[in-house]
Amino acid sequence: MEVIIILVVLAILIAGSFLFAFFWATKDGQFDDTFSPSVRILLDNDRDENKTH
Amino acid sequence: MNSSISEIDAKVVCYHCGNDCKEEDILEDDKHFCCSGCYTVYDILKDNNLCGYYDLNANAGVSLKAKNFKGKFDYLSEKAIENELLSYQDEQIAKVILSVPSIHCSSCVWLLENFPKILKGVFTSRLNFVKKELSLDFDPNVVSLKEIVELMATLGYEPQINLESTGKLKKIDHETRKLLFKIGVTGFCAGNIMMMSFPEYFNLDLANKLDATYQKFFLYFNFLLALPVFFYGASDYLKGAYYSILENLKGNSNILSVDIPIALGITALFLRSTYETFVPQTAGYWDSMAGLVLFLLVGKWVQTVTFNYLSFDRSYKSYFPLAVKVKNQSANYKNVNELQKGDVFFVHHQELIPTDAILMEGNALIDYSFVTGESNPVKKLKGETVFAGGRQVADQIELLVQKPVSTSYLTQLWNNESFLKEKEIPTTALANAFSKYFTYLTIAIAAAVGIYWKFNNPELIWPAVTAVLMVACPCALTLSLPFTMNTTMSIFGRNKFFVKNQGVIQQLSEIDTMVFDKTGTLTEANHGEVRLVGELSYYEKNLVYGVVSQSVHPLSKLVSSYLQGSNSLEVNYIFEVKGQGIEAIVDGRSVKIGKLDFVKNINAESQNSEVHVMIDNEYKGYFTVEPRFRANWKTLLQKLSKTFTIALLSGDNPRMSETLKPIFGSRMRFNQSPQDKLDYIKQLQNSGSHVMMIGDGLNDAGALRESKIGIALTEDVQAFSPSCDAILDAERIDKLDDYVRFSKTALNIVKLSFLLSVVYNIMGVGWAASGELSPVVAAIFMPLSTLSVVFFSVGLTWLVARYKKMV
Repeated sequence: MEVIIILVVLAILIAGSFLFAFFWATKDGQFDDTFSPSVRILLDNDRDENKTH
Repeated sequence: MNSSISEIDAKVVCYHCGNDCKEEDILEDDKHFCCSGCYTVYDILKDNNLCGYYDLNANAGVSLKAKNFKGKFDYLSEKAIENELLSYQDEQIAKVILSVPSIHCSSCVWLLENFPKILKGVFTSRLNFVKKELSLDFDPNVVSLKEIVELMATLGYEPQINLESTGKLKKIDHETRKLLFKIGVTGFCAGNIMMMSFPEYFNLDLANKLDATYQKFFLYFNFLLALPVFFYGASDYLKGAYYSILENLKGNSNILSVDIPIALGITALFLRSTYETFVPQTAGYWDSMAGLVLFLLVGKWVQTVTFNYLSFDRSYKSYFPLAVKVKNQSANYKNVNELQKGDVFFVHHQELIPTDAILMEGNALIDYSFVTGESNPVKKLKGETVFAGGRQVADQIELLVQKPVSTSYLTQLWNNESFLKEKEIPTTALANAFSKYFTYLTIAIAAAVGIYWKFNNPELIWPAVTAVLMVACPCALTLSLPFTMNTTMSIFGRNKFFVKNQGVIQQLSEIDTMVFDKTGTLTEANHGEVRLVGELSYYEKNLVYGVVSQSVHPLSKLVSSYLQGSNSLEVNYIFEVKGQGIEAIVDGRSVKIGKLDFVKNINAESQNSEVHVMIDNEYKGYFTVEPRFRANWKTLLQKLSKTFTIALLSGDNPRMSETLKPIFGSRMRFNQSPQDKLDYIKQLQNSGSHVMMIGDGLNDAGALRESKIGIALTEDVQAFSPSCDAILDAERIDKLDDYVRFSKTALNIVKLSFLLSVVYNIMGVGWAASGELSPVVAAIFMPLSTLSVVFFSVGLTWLVARYKKMV
């Protein structure tokens, strides 16, 4: 029944990957502007037509 | 659908900006526009199929009335100046970050992010709404920065370009990021520790071999997870406590920082749990410790939340233009910072003079109201010195630089010592004051408990003593302050009173003296009251109205609105001499209005706020414009004078002292220079007063900085305001006493919640002293007490605000 120990370690690793994702997001500035993304997601209707970058 | 609504409405509002179409009404596509500016924007949007702008928010636009951008951004065509603004540049791509203060709604986001559709050559456009910054990538071969900025201005989103703007990327707030990392790590560990602690709480059967294996695994796993919480998450508290103790031992300070009892509690938790893990091998208090640190860090984060779209730290640099047009040099435009003695440069109508200079050419009429508060423009003759900060209100002039910008008469104020040191606003003063007693009391109780058990049951000494230190940790106490202050800040924000940080609210409650500026603070900055001295017949009024309605000069506009209702007669000829007056032939009669020396054609002194009228060479009298006081100013001051000492500091002349005397008595000073104002505040504070200064212009900058709390009053919160601790919307000045009173209430709520947390502590210490505090009880009791105190203080603050109708 040591399988629970393996499962716990696995669970921590998976949770740890989310922690890493959080670090990444913070470093990337995801939490610097919390308003415009909420608007942006609603507005993006036809921008793809002339995507230039 | 929209048009049917506006038909029912008595008022016709502009489809673009929502303003009243009283003076002008342009009808196009069944839509009304208040000015050609607004119509132009609509036209551009329609051509580019971007009318979705109006579907998101009705009348979303920015009013463009009386805006003229022609030539304003010409300096951007100078390569050196452009390069200074760009944050990156190569052959194919250029990047720039522009500050756009007029961004206000989701339509703005939509339009500005669709910028590549409107202007060819712009690749991407990304808006940071919180900071009000637009990042643009564009092809420098196709489009220039000047064209981009001009189009933005035309659309109503004029970027703010001043001496402070440079292409350098704004520095990232590393402190806040570090805190976020800590919250992330601590939250991760706390969650997992709690999960791992469950088996222990649900009574593992240690006689069972399998259960015993798991129990040990969970024990050591918890220990591993707790290490980052203690050494990383709580490091600030441990360090803070260490330095505070060090300072006390050295005798430099006798304040025991609130970090000490917190560090004491966390350390006690850590050591006791480590002991429990490795010696008797039973569950420690790991979950209590992790939860505690997590709460503390969240509280710390709440404390840093501010109105980061507002700028509270402005110096003269934010007011000065980035570049001026220079004469006889290799480049046409020069960065203001690089101006040297001997350079000759031009200042246009309505531009700010960036440095002390001698007038070489042109008709100088300088409005110093920005610097001195004096409301009448001053006339300067060739060869006279003009000072930095003045605004040229007549035509273009040519100036010879006397001093570089940084040493000019105006900027000297910023070399004053009060600007050199960071203004200290204590954010933890209240908690620190409390912590002194708290620390000593906790240690005393722990010692007493230890001595008691030494004689009764020596085995219980350490369990009891550590338990007391653990439970007594002032977590609830340190959290209630930031959460209450944060709530207060957002309530103030809803009422258009924006404080710089939480410490300001604390200081606000200690104010006993209020000092007011006059021009722009007690009086309205842009509006005046027009009075006619002399007599004009109905026909003559019509003649004058015909002339002034053709002019855009501020005085003409005031007179024109005063004469509203007159019939405009046909104007046959009109000639305006900027800063002097207007000559015209209306209905066959010669009409001359303006300055006394202009209309009479003689050398005569006249006040600049007077408009003299001459019809057919006969002097008829004059219109005079007097500053208009803000609504309810008298009631406000009378209310304030009951609780506070109030005083007036004005840079203007004492011509209105009669009106003000009954309220301020002898506490009035006129003709004050910015330095005088600063000195007056200093003198008041040295005599023990806690001074709040309320002002609006650069002339108050020194006083705002020197005073305990400097409040900048502004018509537009987004617009310029001098360096200050709080920004107040001018409309709400009559609520000033409510704000001060509410800050006192907020502080009382904090004190009340301190009391509540003390009650919890007494309960907890009772448990702990008996040596009976089990890990489960601690894990439930500690977070519960903390949360209930936070809910209590935040809830009470909202309730009081609702009762006072502030939310």
